This record gives sequence, C-alpha cells and structure tokens, in this order.
Amino acid sequence: MIVFQGVSKKFNSGDQTALEDVTFEVDPGEFVSLAGRSGAGKSTIIKLLIGEDKPTKGRVFFGQYEVNKLHDKELPAFRRHIGVVFQDFRLLPTKSAYENVAFALEVAGRPQREIEELVPQVLDMVGLADKMKNFPNELSGGERQRVAIARAMIHRPEVVIADEPTGNLDPFHTFEIVKLLEKINELGTTVLLATHDKEVINSLERRVITLDRGRIVRDEKKGKYILV
Amino acid sequence: MFTIISRIFHFGFKNFWRNGWLTTVTVMIMTLALLVFSWLIFFGVVTSRAAASIEDKIDISVYFNTNTSEDEILSIQQSLEGLSQVQSVDYISRDQALAIFKQNHAGDTTITQAVNELDTNPLEASLNIKAKNPSQYGAIADYLNSSDLSQYVDSVSYTQNQSVIDRLAKIVKTVEVGGVIVMIVFALLAGLVVFNTIRLAIYSSREEIGVMRVVGASNALVRGPFVVEGTLCGAIAALLSLIISAPILFAINPYLNIFIPGMDLFQYFLSHIVALFFYILFFGIVLGAASSFVAVRRYLKN
Repeated sequence: MIVFQGVSKKFNSGDQTALEDVTFEVDPGEFVSLAGRSGAGKSTIIKLLIGEDKPTKGRVFFGQYEVNKLHDKELPAFRRHIGVVFQDFRLLPTKSAYENVAFALEVAGRPQREIEELVPQVLDMVGLADKMKNFPNELSGGERQRVAIARAMIHRPEVVIADEPTGNLDPFHTFEIVKLLEKINELGTTVLLATHDKEVINSLERRVITLDRGRIVRDEKKGKYILV
Repeated sequence: MFTIISRIFHFGFKNFWRNGWLTTVTVMIMTLALLVFSWLIFFGVVTSRAAASIEDKIDISVYFNTNTSEDEILSIQQSLEGLSQVQSVDYISRDQALAIFKQNHAGDTTITQAVNELDTNPLEASLNIKAKNPSQYGAIADYLNSSDLSQYVDSVSYTQNQSVIDRLAKIVKTVEVGGVIVMIVFALLAGLVVFNTIRLAIYSSREEIGVMRVVGASNALVRGPFVVEGTLCGAIAALLSLIISAPILFAINPYLNIFIPGMDLFQYFLSHIVALFFYILFFGIVLGAASSFVAVRRYLKN
C-alpha cells in the first residue's frame, strides 16, 4: 500500500541529509510506528508521503499514486485518501470542533445531509459529543487532538498518519490518543505513527521502523524502542 | 460544482464575520483607499471644470476694415466655421459693435456725447472665434493673416494677446496632464496599500491555508473564501467611502465656488451618486478580489 523505494532527501543544496536510501513497505491494515530521535527523518518521511515535499532521489508510492510525481493540482484529491494528525493539532481556530471535522468532508464535496449524519457519530466515537460547538481555544490539548483525529478519519481514509500526536500531551491524554489510534486500526485503517515516545512504542507491541540520521536501522514486526 | 461554489461563499461570509478585528482593519484601510479614489474622481471634475473655465475666457477677434461688406464678412465666417480647429464663430456687425460700446459706456457722458456727434459709425465689424483647443489659436490667426484675407482684415486680437493666450493654453494643458498623472499615482498608491493590507491579512491565515491543503481542499476552495472576503471588504468600503465623502463635499463646496465660479461639486456628487457608487464599488471589489487572489497564490504550492 505504501512503498518507499531508495528514497533520499537532502536540504540546503545537498549539505544536509534528512533521508538516505530509505526503503520499506507498509501493507493495508498494518499499524507501523516510525521511531527515532528528533531529526532522525520521521517527519520527512511523512512530508514525502503526503506530497508536502519531494524526494531528492527514489520513489514514493501510495496505492496507485506515485506521490513524487504528483502535480500541485493533483495533491488535494490524493490527500483525501489520507488522514493526517499533527503534534500541534492544526485545527482551524475560527471553526468549532464540529466545523473542523465537517470541513474535511466539505472540501471533498460531500452532501450536507451526509455531513450532518457522520460528524456527530465520529465526534461521539472520540468522546467529544458534548463539545461539538466549542472552538479549539475552548478545548484542552487532549480534546484538540481528538478533534484532529476525528477530522483525520471522518472521510474513512485508507491510512491515518500521526506525526508526534502525543508530543504536546500529558501521559494520561497520551494513552487516550494511542488507544484511539489502535481502535481506528482495529476498524481496518492502516496507521502510521511517528513518535519518539518510548512508552508509547513499547506499549503498542506492533511493527517498529527505527530511524537514525536519515537511515533505517531496524525494522521489526513486534518492535521495541531501541536507539543506537 | 454547485455544492463547492455555495461552500466557497458560505466560508467566505463566515470568515468575514468571524475574523472580527482583521476584517475591520482591512475595511478601514480599503475605505481610506477608496476615499482617495473617489476624491481623485472629484479632483478630475474640478480640474476639468477649472480648465474649461480658463478655456472659456480665451478667444480671438478679427476686425474688418470699415469698407468690407457684410456679405464678405459672412463668407469669411463660413470659411472659418469650415476649419477643423474652430468651435464657434460669432459675427458682430458695426451697428451691434456701436450698441455694445454705447451700453458699456452708458454712464460716461463725455464718450456718449462724442459718439453722438460723429456722423459715421467709427467701429469695425468683427468675428469672435473660439477654438476647440487653446493651442489651435495660432493656426487660426495664421489663416486670418493670410494674403487672401489681408485686404479685408484690419487687425487680429491674437497678435496682441499672443503671449497671454499661449500661457493660458499651457496652464490648461498642465492642469489636465498633471491631473491625470496625480490620479494615476494616487490610484496606484491606494491599490498598493490595499494589496499589502490584504497580503498581511492572508499571511496571518497561512497556517489555516496549510490545514486546508492537508485535508485535501482544492485550490479553488482554499482561495475562494479569501476572494469572497476581499470582495465583501471592498463593497463595504465603497459604501463607507461615499457616506464619508458626502458631508465633506457639502462643507467644502462654498469655498470651492470662490475659486471656480459656477462649480457646484456637491450638486455634481448628488446628481452622479449612482454612477459614482458603481465606479467605486467596481474599483473596491476588483481591488479586494484581485489582491486576495494574488496574495493566496504563494500558499497554494505543495
């Protein structure tokens, strides 16, 4: 489903290497953690996967798409196959929780009736049925991240990508979010989680790809957080 | 397609309302810019009226020898009217000239008595000529001074007043050209100020645009609401600038009348209010929408 083939990414005209010859595959329904220190290349992999950046070398595939060859105009339609969750939530501050989640369906041109039916269901699933009308600044960090997860999965994407989703959260809310991601995975959605949180990775007992200075140093089916 | 368009308008209206202070500041700056634009229109009206009033004061007269017959003068009048530079030619016969002279000196008994004692009318018939453009008087004077007419013509007033006429013509031209340059410069400045204000407003939304891109919003859906917001700001600013202009025009109108007699700018404003509103509205909407359209473009990559 997701294939990275000999992918390298260099910045500053080749002075800085973010990724070096990275090759891996992710099958449908998998839960994969990308582990590594800050700057190891986790976020670069995510940026390349969602088409926010292009590799210097190699190819990135998502389903039938060769992501590195997509034009700016093709990206919006491609991104509707993916749900992304960020460390800083990236919610629209002028929209309520309901509107933030509904927005992902609205941009896809889905009918209003479907939106009105689906959004409360998903917000209920993430435990925010009573906070639909609240704006992001009226929600806690954990609640904001749950809104972001609801938004990421509302259009039933094939894969949910979470880039350090627990980075700004306390341990209680961290495990709440991890449980939510596991639940999404159990429902059949592929989950790609980038994190440097040892506790999170060890508690999952799922596949772990460990990165160090832009290279894959370990890829284990039931991995632990082990740094070089 | 209809769903997307209706959502673009829906988001645009909602953002306009929810952005509160940012919207208020943008509308205020656009109002100032449109005030400049509307006052440039008034400035254009004032300069063209001023130029017309100067132009109206310029004419040349050709005086004919007393032995020239009326038929000959009328035929010269006809030939003058045939010239492309000539706007109008008025014939003043010797009798009319005398009547005007007497009327002008009605209070001066010495002159009146002197004229009455004369057996013949000493005044010459004349043609008063107005050119379409003040710079064309020279060409008309040359025609009048040509050898064909020299037997009839006694004098041409242009020859005596040439330097004054030329200077007035230059003033008229300078006022007109200067007015156009000032209008262009200020319209550009107003446009740039608005563009930068909208650019800053959109810069503050760059993260929001990033989120829209990540959830798969098309370029049209990202850009559309900003263009709608810019259009709304422009439309409201247009209305405000007219509302602000009205009392200012009313207050300065009497003073303007002193400089340019017969100039009633407030009346002009009232009689042209619909056209003015549409001009300013058009400028405001185009400025708001185009600025937003261009300003969002840089955030639509990746």
